[in-house]
Amino acid sequence: MSGFKTNNAVIRWIEYRLPIFSFLDDAVGSGYPTPRNLNYWWNFGSLAGLALVIMMLTGIMLAMQYTPHVIFAFDSVERIMRDVNSGWLLRYIHMNGGSFFFIVVYIHIFRGLYYGSYKAPRELLWILGVVILLLMMATAFMGYVLPWGQMSFWGATVITNLFSAIPLIGESIVTWLWGGFAVDNPTLNRFYALHYLLPFVIVGAVVLHIWALHRFGSSNPLGIEANGPQDKIPFHPYYTAKDAFGVGVFLVLFAAIVFFAPNLFGEPDNYIPANPLSTPAHIVPEWYFLPYYAILRAIPDKLLGVVAMFGSILILFVLPWIDRSPVRSAKFRPIYKQFFWIFLADCIVLGYIGAKPPEGVFLIVGRLATAYYFLHFFIIFVLSYVERPRPLPSSIGEAVLKGGGAPPAAMAREKAQ
Amino acid sequence: MKTLTAAALAAVIALGAGQAAAAEGAALPKYDWSFSGVFGHFDRAELQRGLQVYREVCSACHGLKYVAFRNLEALGYSEDEIKQMSTEYSVVDGPNDEGEMFERPGRPSDYFPSPFPNDKAAAAANNGAAPPDLSLMAKARPGGPDYTRSLLLGYEDPPAGFEALEGLNYNIYFPGNQIAMAPPLFDEAVEYADGTEATAEQMATDVASFLMWTAEPYLEERHSMGVKVVLFLLVFTGLLYAAKRKVWSDLH
Repeated sequence: MSGFKTNNAVIRWIEYRLPIFSFLDDAVGSGYPTPRNLNYWWNFGSLAGLALVIMMLTGIMLAMQYTPHVIFAFDSVERIMRDVNSGWLLRYIHMNGGSFFFIVVYIHIFRGLYYGSYKAPRELLWILGVVILLLMMATAFMGYVLPWGQMSFWGATVITNLFSAIPLIGESIVTWLWGGFAVDNPTLNRFYALHYLLPFVIVGAVVLHIWALHRFGSSNPLGIEANGPQDKIPFHPYYTAKDAFGVGVFLVLFAAIVFFAPNLFGEPDNYIPANPLSTPAHIVPEWYFLPYYAILRAIPDKLLGVVAMFGSILILFVLPWIDRSPVRSAKFRPIYKQFFWIFLADCIVLGYIGAKPPEGVFLIVGRLATAYYFLHFFIIFVLSYVERPRPLPSSIGEAVLKGGGAPPAAMAREKAQ
Repeated sequence: MKTLTAAALAAVIALGAGQAAAAEGAALPKYDWSFSGVFGHFDRAELQRGLQVYREVCSACHGLKYVAFRNLEALGYSEDEIKQMSTEYSVVDGPNDEGEMFERPGRPSDYFPSPFPNDKAAAAANNGAAPPDLSLMAKARPGGPDYTRSLLLGYEDPPAGFEALEGLNYNIYFPGNQIAMAPPLFDEAVEYADGTEATAEQMATDVASFLMWTAEPYLEERHSMGVKVVLFLLVFTGLLYAAKRKVWSDLH
């Protein structure tokens, strides 16, 4: 079905035997029709893909210099920072790349929440996205352990200890995770192995995510299905050009942090070598885990706290069946739109509370914010029955072009060929 | 170990109870460092004075194990000066052909020898508190060089009613206000090679700056590369925006 054509004899020869050019053309080229009205919030999927590539490239190069052993890990990271050519650059890119990966993925997720991208028929696309988020969290957590600083060690201790909350077998699971009776060299070794492995698992999940995306194509800000040529434009050159501009903006911000504030997202304590005999005054995870950390600490019971923390992400798996409104975009759901913004604010409050000690007013706010986090999903369940959505436009073309307009020139060119 | 981890867990999960807020030190005064800001760079004379303070004062108790003598070239010393400086230290090498460890004069490729053979020895010689290695200090404390500088100048008489523990000193910037390190800097504690007046404040500033260099030796390369990269990306992004506008012009 691909309209891929070429005058190049070599490409034609290869294409006949291995149709990889038409495959690429259908995936991200002129053969992939895309809604014409995607706004800049649709840039963050490709940015997440870019972040993943940056992380894997710098990570592989760092792995060539890093030593996964409790005695040498911290020193080997310092050697990368001091003696490896451009090692400081590689490490600062990798260190901050993790933060930027989470920034773009969180924006990508909230885009999906606002525009109802998770709704039928894109439920599996959404679920695969949540799987990617979970894999990213596991990868990031284990990566943070590798420099074997104080926060690495104590973060690993606190988080692995969460599994001891499981009744009966909890303690055994923790011992099994550690490979011993404390976070020690076997723990560091396996975390390193998994930190190297999981990104490739993420790539696999991303392939499935994109595969599912291509089944029905991108959703769009109006949330109505695109039909007919006046609603769609080829991915290339329109969205390749738009994504490229987004990449430029992303790289400017990323470079600004890497070169001028590389330790902004980090904890000073992680420049102190791990010491099992000295606990830091405050054990705080990386910023992207703070909302979950706040939920964990808001609940007085250890087991329930752990359940709530994991539940806060697992609930996203069933979101397509919680929100039953047939209207996708918050643009046409005046009440949902307000609750979306309240939910976003709630998540930011949770992130702030996660960085504070669990006492006094922080504790109270943390508990209220945690309760609201889960209440939100109940609210939107009810809302999907009681809310009266505003009328939807009959087509993207009608809404965007105000009832007219020529099909895009690139498409016309293609037809002429 | 198990109790420790359990205690740590309890500390972070327990609600309200348990975790008393560790008393933070006083707010740090901000100093205008030559290396702060996008175009910031080190002041070579300041670094050399800071090295002198480290060698004559701090190094009695604190190591600098990630810094090699050869690295001092970045401070503006010549190869011969560095050779000369490294031979003033004796380092343990070996084993030799008889299987014995031996001492020899340092070489530029050697790292600053630590004053104590290990943390236990350091603690035993210092009333139980091992003086930390200073290589990464500027990145290992909130506030960085501002903290180092303030801490060195933060020794004061304790307020009325404040009982410092035996062997500890009152310092307004140290978390908990009681620090094992005795006040290290006094006016004229060193005689600067470049003739600068060695006030305590001058020495604290110089050594804090020097420790920023030991923690972040590539800061200048980072800044100058960063300026070029960001400028390039801004222009490039502008072109990408223009290209995007051009591509989309037939749609709007």
